[in-house]
Amino acid sequence: MSDIILKTENLTKHYGGVHALVDANFEMKKGEHVAIMGDNGAGKSTFVRQITGVEQRTSGKVWLYGDEVNFAGPLDAREAGIETVFQTLALADDLDVPDNLFLGREKTKFDWLGPFRFLDYKAMRQATMEGLERTGVKIPNIRNTIQNMSGGQRQCVAIARTATFASRLTIMDEPTAALGVQETAQVENIIRTLKKAGEPLILVSHNMRQVFDLVDRIVVFRRGRICANLDIKNGDHTGEDVVSYITGAKTGAEFEDAL
Amino acid sequence: MTDTSHGTGGLTFDKTKRSWPNELNILFALFVIIAIFEVLGQMLPYMNDQSFLFDTRDRFDSIFNEARLKIIILQVAIIGIIALGVTQVIITAGIDLSSGPLVAATAMIAMSFGQTELVNGFANPKALFGPWAMDLPVIVPVVVGLAFGAFIGAINGTFIAYMRIPPFIATLGMFLICRGIALWWSGGNPISFPTDGFKWIGSGMMPVVWFLSLAVVFHVIMRYTVYGKHTYAIGSNEEAARMSGINVKRHKVTVYVIASMLAAFAGVVLAAKSETAQAGMGEFYELFAIAMAVIGGISLQGGRGSIIGTVLGAMVLGVIRSGFTYIKLDGSYQLMAMGSIIIAAILFDQYRQRNRA
Repeated sequence: MSDIILKTENLTKHYGGVHALVDANFEMKKGEHVAIMGDNGAGKSTFVRQITGVEQRTSGKVWLYGDEVNFAGPLDAREAGIETVFQTLALADDLDVPDNLFLGREKTKFDWLGPFRFLDYKAMRQATMEGLERTGVKIPNIRNTIQNMSGGQRQCVAIARTATFASRLTIMDEPTAALGVQETAQVENIIRTLKKAGEPLILVSHNMRQVFDLVDRIVVFRRGRICANLDIKNGDHTGEDVVSYITGAKTGAEFEDAL
Repeated sequence: MTDTSHGTGGLTFDKTKRSWPNELNILFALFVIIAIFEVLGQMLPYMNDQSFLFDTRDRFDSIFNEARLKIIILQVAIIGIIALGVTQVIITAGIDLSSGPLVAATAMIAMSFGQTELVNGFANPKALFGPWAMDLPVIVPVVVGLAFGAFIGAINGTFIAYMRIPPFIATLGMFLICRGIALWWSGGNPISFPTDGFKWIGSGMMPVVWFLSLAVVFHVIMRYTVYGKHTYAIGSNEEAARMSGINVKRHKVTVYVIASMLAAFAGVVLAAKSETAQAGMGEFYELFAIAMAVIGGISLQGGRGSIIGTVLGAMVLGVIRSGFTYIKLDGSYQLMAMGSIIIAAILFDQYRQRNRA
């Protein structure tokens, strides 16, 4: 059990009558980078929302580092060490970089003042600079508000947020979907930095080239179910293979009875 | 800060530098408006070379016309107190229309606990309650008033945050309810003759003292505390705030409670200053408070603006009001001018937004 960091058993989510996620059994090991692929509506984002506590699952169990977890909200998941870069970025446009990085978990002084406790701006700026340094994120001026930044810079801020806090599991939901070539390369470099640092990552992506470049393993979702679990480190699988799993032309042997 | 520069294509940036604050624009506008009145005073034939802002009497006491400065700020102080709360509400992308009637309702309720029993040796002719409510320590009417404000704010906030009623509708309803409460409380009769302690709250320049000290307190709170940061975050991107683990609903209720308590306090100060409370008090106060915030650069989309901006916005309104009196144009022109300035402020804000994007 020791090197399994995340495990789900029969994870299921229904939205009314829609079965968005059915009996997902998922496992990942320490230091592993796993990609989640699948067509639109296949259940990728639903899966991510269940393990990050953004939504409450219909049934099933989740373990993080061997402990069964039931997150009541995204903050619970974050406190347990799951850092997520959401598709919608979840940045406050009118705030600057340190404000966004520390939103909801500010460094503070005079804590006895309760909700009116003071922000420790200096400490947050310093930690921000260190976090950016560590991930190799380049932002000209951290006091700039998010609305003045390019899509790539925003994405980098969102990713730097996950990296600033020593996380036990990083999840990125299509981090490069809206980015240009250079910006995508920058984000991919950050992901490689995380890999080198041994930080585990779940990457939701549509980009086959990117997935083959970056991750160890691909888990394919189709119509709410996991339909393949492919180790791609030793080159047994090609892009065409993965596409046929995504489209339903093929199904992983161990998942056939489920579909 | 040593060695913190990243490679940015050969360019170096000061990574911790802040951008040009909007408040300076408003301050500039304030000076321009003052200058216009100053020049008008010199040019208009019927003005006899008076000065708007400077002391031009034969015996020089001081540089500025202190009497006028005092009046300018005294005129906006009470509505300014409301504007401090409205600012916070607007920063969360909400709106509070109930503050004007809340001023009236609170004035009535607080005054009924702040009356004195004997007026010139006779029983108080406007007494609402029996002797038990007479000559109470000044803290009683203040606490009762603030508690009433907190109660109204909690209802506003609960409907808006937990029942998802749009702020405009929820506070419009509360607008009518509070006006109703103000009328019902004493059956439409004024409540008068407060204790000396109660009068003191609104005497002389006290409204200005309250306004400016509350402005300083809330400037610090909005700028340097977690409460302030979360208020901006909610207005900027509510979803992001929620995902960051901020309890958005509870925070919104807190913001509306604080805003209504400030409006209630304005009601207490107004009653004390007027030495009477009447159900019709505070008419249009909610709109002038919103106008101060908007002129001060608070974006109705939420997320942007500051307490300093609102204080400057209040000063702009005060200067316009005083300036129109000074050049002897009556109230109808004042209203038209204020309306135009509010629209101009919004236009300027949009222009700034577009330029940035």
